[in-house]
Amino acid sequence: MGSRSSHAAVIPDGDSIRRETGFSQASLLRLHHRFRALDRNKKGYLSRMDLQQIGALAVNPLGDRIIESFFPDGQRVDFPGFVRVLAHFRPVEDEDTETQDPKKPEPLNSRRNKLHYAFQLYDLDRDGKISRHEMLQVLRLMVGVQVTEEQLENIADRTVQEADEDGDGAVSFVEFTKSLEKMDVEQKMSIRILK
Amino acid sequence: MLRAALSLLALPLAGAAEEPTQKPESPGEPPPGLELFRWQWHEVEAPYLVALWILVASLAKIVFHLSRKVTSLVPESCLLILLGLVLGGIVLAVAKKAEYQLEPGTFFLFLLPPIVLDSGYFMPSRLFFDNLGAILTYAVVGTLWNAFTTGAALWGLQQAGLVAPRVQAGLLDFLLFGSLISAVDPVAVLAVFEEVHVNETLFIIVFGESLLNDAVTVVLYKVCNSFVEMGSANVQATDYLKGVASLFVVSLGGAAVGLVFAFLLALTTRFTKRVRIIEPLLVFLLAYAAYLTAEMASLSAILAVTMCGLGCKKYVEANISHKSRTTVKYTMKTLASCAETVIFMLLGISAVDSSKWAWDSGLVLGTLIFILFFRALGVVLQTWVLNQFRLVPLDKIDQVVMSYGGLRGAVAFALVILLDRTKVPAKDYFVATTIVVVFFTVIVQGLTIKPLVKWLKVKRSEHHKPTLNQELHEHTFDHILAAVEDVVGHHGYHYWRDRWEQFDKKYLSQLLMRRSAYRIRDQIWDVYYRLNIRDAISFVDQGGHVLSSTGLTLPSMPSRNSVAETSVTNLLRESGSGACLDLQVIDTVRSGRDREDAVMHHLLCGGLYKPRRRYKASCSRHFISEDAQERQDKEVFQQNMKRRLESFKSTKHNICFTKSKPRPRKTGRRKDGVANAEATNGKHRGLGFQDTAAVILTVESEEEEEESDSSETEKEDDEGIIFVARATSEVLQEGKVSGSLEVCPSPRIIPPSPTCAEKELPWKSGQGDLAVYVSSETTKIVPVDMQTGWNQSISSLESLASPPCNQAPILTCLPPHPRGTEEPQVPLHLPSDPRSSFAFPPSLAKAGRSRSESSADLPQQQELQPLMGHKDHTHLSPGTATSHWCIQFNRGSRL
Repeated sequence: MGSRSSHAAVIPDGDSIRRETGFSQASLLRLHHRFRALDRNKKGYLSRMDLQQIGALAVNPLGDRIIESFFPDGQRVDFPGFVRVLAHFRPVEDEDTETQDPKKPEPLNSRRNKLHYAFQLYDLDRDGKISRHEMLQVLRLMVGVQVTEEQLENIADRTVQEADEDGDGAVSFVEFTKSLEKMDVEQKMSIRILK
Repeated sequence: MLRAALSLLALPLAGAAEEPTQKPESPGEPPPGLELFRWQWHEVEAPYLVALWILVASLAKIVFHLSRKVTSLVPESCLLILLGLVLGGIVLAVAKKAEYQLEPGTFFLFLLPPIVLDSGYFMPSRLFFDNLGAILTYAVVGTLWNAFTTGAALWGLQQAGLVAPRVQAGLLDFLLFGSLISAVDPVAVLAVFEEVHVNETLFIIVFGESLLNDAVTVVLYKVCNSFVEMGSANVQATDYLKGVASLFVVSLGGAAVGLVFAFLLALTTRFTKRVRIIEPLLVFLLAYAAYLTAEMASLSAILAVTMCGLGCKKYVEANISHKSRTTVKYTMKTLASCAETVIFMLLGISAVDSSKWAWDSGLVLGTLIFILFFRALGVVLQTWVLNQFRLVPLDKIDQVVMSYGGLRGAVAFALVILLDRTKVPAKDYFVATTIVVVFFTVIVQGLTIKPLVKWLKVKRSEHHKPTLNQELHEHTFDHILAAVEDVVGHHGYHYWRDRWEQFDKKYLSQLLMRRSAYRIRDQIWDVYYRLNIRDAISFVDQGGHVLSSTGLTLPSMPSRNSVAETSVTNLLRESGSGACLDLQVIDTVRSGRDREDAVMHHLLCGGLYKPRRRYKASCSRHFISEDAQERQDKEVFQQNMKRRLESFKSTKHNICFTKSKPRPRKTGRRKDGVANAEATNGKHRGLGFQDTAAVILTVESEEEEEESDSSETEKEDDEGIIFVARATSEVLQEGKVSGSLEVCPSPRIIPPSPTCAEKELPWKSGQGDLAVYVSSETTKIVPVDMQTGWNQSISSLESLASPPCNQAPILTCLPPHPRGTEEPQVPLHLPSDPRSSFAFPPSLAKAGRSRSESSADLPQQQELQPLMGHKDHTHLSPGTATSHWCIQFNRGSRL
């Protein structure tokens, strides 16, 4: 208990973070705990190295990209930034949709933002479009080695073309969203413990 | 029909009824000498009756489904039970005593396994494991709760004096009865829910529960039964502990048996490639062995078969041939449906036998009420707890459906029949109550659940076609979630699923999957593959129209599809055996252009060899009957040929001619051809070289595959051979039929005079076909000496037409720049290069789109194509064409 409260005291701007991300106090504490555990030499921020040492991430085909997503600008991520990324995966709750204030910015865990997070994992050059080349790269990561390069390219072509509606040979975010229209993204991009 | 079936039945029934007491009259007196005719009913009686019953059940099913109205309102299970009642009544009337009960032995050993195997094998495993927590809770806690509360409440009812005193049963008896009546029945649930189409989550929870609760039911039943037999006074404290322990033994043991057999099954099918024919049998045998083994060890047999089906499916499906897959699927479905039908019918018949049951209104009504009430209460309580942990909570409507969907069925009936009357004096009352409960749940609840679901507006399952994007993104999401769980440091469901997938990929799949099959089992690949096949089939469906009437106003269609077909067939070839059935379907797609190719090549090579490719060509002709449409095809083709032949003037033609001569058969030929083409044309540029290298590579890999997998190819060849024979002759014929082409080997210019096709068909399309065809395909192997001309033609085209964006990938396969400037574009260009031979998805997707949406594109294209055609011919030197032909051909001939 004592350590708990001391943690709470340590979290800088705990309230504003909570307001922004919608995390509960308990989740925030847990994340902070985790943040400090990942922060090897108590720098107060995380570097790429800190995340790369998580063993399971190394074997995750998208591990590097996900690590990268924590560092939108620069070499380090502080706790608010860390939490902000994780907030995408907070489950959508009823009160989120009910008490939505039109003036307030969309919560980080909205369907749109969840999708956008996934989208920017594909869109490496950040031009707002998943090009065929980018699609191919992701497919290469996802599909096992057992499929030949040629086949991969065919899959990439088809994938792009399937979603590509304006015919520019790339998938824009709108098209990306549309291609996942029928999927329950709110459910598939949420982790229960991040309430 | 029904009447006929009944009268048919009456004959053996009459015989069988008397059979136990006295021999049927027909084989009565022993024959003194040789008999012309002998009636040996008793020798065939048992199998004959089994076959008859199944026949009756199947006929009944057919009759029910004659009327769509009836089956849409009344579940089949209800109809079958009612039919069973009627049949039972007839049997009773004819034989004066009840026959053909649902024997517990028959039920557990023969009727139940197919149903469980079917449901386990075709269980959507992802969905199942996603909801495993909920399923296990309902199956274990729910069943225990139902059993104890129902048993205790009935005992309370008896204590309260509402049950007639002649029902002699203590608390243990009621608990025993509660344990057998409490389990939700997989057969009944499946029969009813399959017609209701509730959303997947709801279905998998109810259905999964009904499968997994078997272990609990078995344990409870056995424990209570032995307690009853021991007498309540003799039950020690350790016995209770043993009872609890046996729950784990029975359930985990059953699951373990199932998994062991799943492993064995997967491993066995890995080595069946030379004996494909027994593959389906293996699946059934080992699954059944799992069931029997579990039954023998008094473990949960249902759990064993479920786990066996669930565990082996992925590997077995990858290992066995496509035909075996289809066989397994249909045999399984047939057996399960058969067993289900027979079960419900026998249930109806069994109920008629009044000697077995004794009625007590208090007990029956009490049981019905308690069952419904405690089921609902249990569901609500458990759901409340579960919702604390579930990402997507189960709402009230779901709970109502779950409570109401708790159907009891044949398992309960078989268990109650198994009771020992000497140990359980109230058995007859229990039997009656069980029958009523089963009938009530299956008939009343089964009838009303559909309107209820409609009325409550329960989310229905919606089937949408899988798309590559969805599949890919779903995988991405999975990986993202696993990664986020890593970052958060919480090892939850996603983490473990990811771990399992890693393990599976690294070890299990390597061990259990045939190497050639391993590749095609990637899910994304699988979706892609299926989409391709679907597109190809739909193209076949539309194919006629495309060629005959409207399609030709869309110049993009035929050409694109022809490119697309190439890609599909290539893909099919790449993916090893996979789909011989589909292979043919798709082969038939290869229509006009392939024939064109075939005949062209045929002419060029002077009919020196019989490429296997031709069976394809013939196959397509086989498919498209000789009618006006085909003639049109031919005309289009001839027209194209003439144009093309204009360019075949010089010595290049002869090169091709001689080149193809020394080719041996099969693969060597192709390599030769490639090598020759390369040598003669002196291709040293990156593009051409890479491409041919790629081709050779494929050849080699295929060769390997053919050598190692000879049975596989042989298997697919078995149709191929037939077609080859026909094919060559037909191709030859065609060579003669297309008269103008006959003389083609002597190169001369045939003026593009207006042919029938030109009169009948829109002029542009014929051109368009050729044009885009050349632009997308020939580019692979444009030889150096041709390049400038080619580039000019393309660049002039591009400048003229400024093709719409989505056309770019195809039209600009060869960028309009000289070689030097092209190099920097290699990353862009090269990837698109192999595609020229593999371009199905883009092209078809686009074809569809251009058809549906972009009418704006069409004028542009139409303008463009005649142009291309002309440019094409003026600049295309023979070398291009010949080299193209050869390679193109040889690739094809590999099939």
